[in-house]
Amino acid sequence: MILSLIKKELLLEFRQKATIGGVLVYIIGTVFVSALCFKGKLDKPTWNALFWVITLFTSVTISGKSFFKETGGQALFNFLHYTPQQFIISKIIYNMLFMLCLSFITFFFYVFFIKNEVENMGLFVVILILASTGLAGVLSLMSAIASKASGNFAIMSILSFPVLLPIILVVIHLSKQAIDGIEWAGLGFDFLVILTALNILTIALSFILFPYLWRD
Amino acid sequence: MKHLYKIISVLIIFYTLVWGLLNPVPRLDILNETIRNVYYHVPIWFAMLFMMSISLIYSIKALSTNKLTDDFKGYNAAVVGFFFSIPGLLTGSVWAKFTWTTWWTFQDPKLNGVAISILIYLAYFILRFSIIDELKRARISAVYNVFAFVMMNVFIMILPRLTDSLHPGNGGNPAFAKYDLDSNMRMVFYPAVIGWLLFSFWLFQIKNRISFLNNKLDD
Repeated sequence: MILSLIKKELLLEFRQKATIGGVLVYIIGTVFVSALCFKGKLDKPTWNALFWVITLFTSVTISGKSFFKETGGQALFNFLHYTPQQFIISKIIYNMLFMLCLSFITFFFYVFFIKNEVENMGLFVVILILASTGLAGVLSLMSAIASKASGNFAIMSILSFPVLLPIILVVIHLSKQAIDGIEWAGLGFDFLVILTALNILTIALSFILFPYLWRD
Repeated sequence: MKHLYKIISVLIIFYTLVWGLLNPVPRLDILNETIRNVYYHVPIWFAMLFMMSISLIYSIKALSTNKLTDDFKGYNAAVVGFFFSIPGLLTGSVWAKFTWTTWWTFQDPKLNGVAISILIYLAYFILRFSIIDELKRARISAVYNVFAFVMMNVFIMILPRLTDSLHPGNGGNPAFAKYDLDSNMRMVFYPAVIGWLLFSFWLFQIKNRISFLNNKLDD
């Protein structure tokens, strides 16, 4: 059931070439504008912060539309065929994969236009995976909420930014260590544990709270 | 008799406002006379947290019962809590100017935690304004309120691990109890907490009555 939902999302995404192309151009544009503004010269903390700000904005913008498709007849169909739990889990998994791809693409262009400051690449990839999971967990629920509130274009960002901050701050702290090239042996694991716990917490909360948004 | 707690709260607050400025306090470096702000700043924050917790409880209740009265109570508690965050911020800012020499600092996780909570509740209000249907609004804003409250508390717990706090009791600063041990201060501080909590509850009741009457007028 969950797999078929994810498959449906993927099909829809690739059938509409305008959206997937739009996402790519959005990322390239954002990275290029930032690179130009800084003229490519960034020290390590700024490099780190800028990368995560770009990722944050991209994921909020992209995942904001995640529930806007599910209105009208589509919503009725979903309501009859799936349980809310299946639905939110598939959305979270799909968004997580999507955001992971996005952050890799962002990273690629970021490295291309600016430079690669990351010294412990393995740790950085782990952080990217954990960060996309956390972002997907929060943003899927926020998108579901925002899709119910009409006539406010900024509502998605307003709702998501404050609740995303705990995740983003921990992620920035961790990725600073990956940039500084701290080896696995020297790494304090408490922050990885905190980030994982945060992810579990947000996904659990979405799982519990989503059924209340389900029925209209 | 139901008005008793209101009278008590006003009397207590009046007593703490006056006696808080007159009573002897320990002379401490840097803090000096500003230590009296403990009587105003801290209880106001307690009142805010108290109201936000009430808001959370009513939001959970609204989710399980689907009653509009619970929804209104949750919203009213959030409004009263938000109202208290403003004097809480101002007293804190003035205090910070005289002890940490700046109105605002990013060195302190509690300040940022407060800024985030204010943003979260502003988002909550905006979310409410942008949904017209009452039952829908009740459900959706309650979901956001529960989620946001949990994340806010996580934030307040996580941030102190990232940066040291300048507040007493965090990051190597002497704990609050050290100042508080002075029995003169306790005579004011504990009543002040009770007074402000009762006062916030009174405001909450007034807000509830207003929305109850408004609902009646609409019908």
